[in-house]
Amino acid sequence: MMAPLSVDEWTIIGLSLRISIAAVILMLPIALGLAWTLARYRFPGKMLLDAIVHLPLVLPPVVTGWLLLLLFGQNGPIGHWLSHWFGISLLFRWTGAALAAAIMAMPLMVRVIRLAIESIDPRLEQAALTLGAPPLRSFLTISLPLAFPGLVAGMILGFARCMGEFGATITFVSNIPGETETIPIAIYAAMQTPGSEMLVARLVLISVILSIGALIIAEYLTRRMADRRRIDVARY
Amino acid sequence: MSLDIELARRVGTRDICARIKTDSRIAGLVGPSGAGKTTILNMIAGLVRPDSGHVQIDDVVLFDSAQKIDLPAYRRGCGYVFQEARLFPHLRVRANLLYGRRDRRKRDVDGIAEMLGIGHLLQRWPATLSGGEAQRVAIGRTLLSNPRLLLLDEPLSSLDGERRTDLLALILRIHQSTAIPILYVSHDLRELDTLDADVISLADRR
Repeated sequence: MMAPLSVDEWTIIGLSLRISIAAVILMLPIALGLAWTLARYRFPGKMLLDAIVHLPLVLPPVVTGWLLLLLFGQNGPIGHWLSHWFGISLLFRWTGAALAAAIMAMPLMVRVIRLAIESIDPRLEQAALTLGAPPLRSFLTISLPLAFPGLVAGMILGFARCMGEFGATITFVSNIPGETETIPIAIYAAMQTPGSEMLVARLVLISVILSIGALIIAEYLTRRMADRRRIDVARY
Repeated sequence: MSLDIELARRVGTRDICARIKTDSRIAGLVGPSGAGKTTILNMIAGLVRPDSGHVQIDDVVLFDSAQKIDLPAYRRGCGYVFQEARLFPHLRVRANLLYGRRDRRKRDVDGIAEMLGIGHLLQRWPATLSGGEAQRVAIGRTLLSNPRLLLLDEPLSSLDGERRTDLLALILRIHQSTAIPILYVSHDLRELDTLDADVISLADRR
């Protein structure tokens, strides 16, 4: 049980990390934009947008995976476009796994980042405007730094979600060792193979350690944010 | 300086209107609570859009609905001291003071800090300041942004007796030592008396 990790195990862990990190980096600007829009603007169709953002949270993951297959498959509207213009195919590739993980992490990331943005007093941005700061400067120097702990918490929770992603990934990009075989998929595959109980146990342990670590860091950052907010409320 | 302001905006079921025309360097806007004093300042500063009207400081037009002129808030140069200090909580006092500083007329941060009596606070975080200190920093931050008009929205409202007297004396000193015109909102006529302001009453038109 405590033997060093084998090459195959390192490959699985490395692939999981690579996919999750790529997914979070891909989703961060999108989640920030969505969270900002939902937190700060009122517009027709806002409830619909909110619902679409939350869809991956409530849909069966296999449905999300199937929808991705439909959109990004060779004959899907986006997949056809990507392969025609850029020669890119996401099917059965680690990039496809990253896309699936990103979509599954989106609701969680948007929720956390949105809460952080809503906790920023918009009157501070008004003050920055009257001091001559154009909206972009006031965003970069006031809003973004104040939302930063929430942004990091959202990234970490999203990362943890990506590390655990299974259903949409296996539906969309299948299980290809070294390309799309992440920790959860490897656990599932090992469970189907007699005599792999030790591999299952080791991968489960690694998965638990990574997830708990991520949750602790996210919790710590969220608390720090709440503390700061309390100070603000007391002051203003 | 001359202020020529005429603004109207419908909020819910009531109309907020103001007509301010003065050549005095300090004007006081008075009116009962809920008459829309803050909304008027917000409209002058460009934070709230009036339904119609005209805002002109000397020969600079900031807003004119007929001519379709509407400068964005960050280009209006209206230094705004809000009822609450609204200091940026993640920046130290010094960085707060420098936030809006414009270099085309070099103003001395230390000089302003000394005049406001906040020189010893420069390295502090806003959360550690008292209400009076925070309001002084807010005034300093606004002065350093080199405004063409200073909007003061009941700046004494969050302070107690002695601090009020101090800050009012300070505002008088700013008025006497700088050339920046001031529009001072208050519901207390005595404050405006002390400042010798040209008083403009805002009727309650509910």
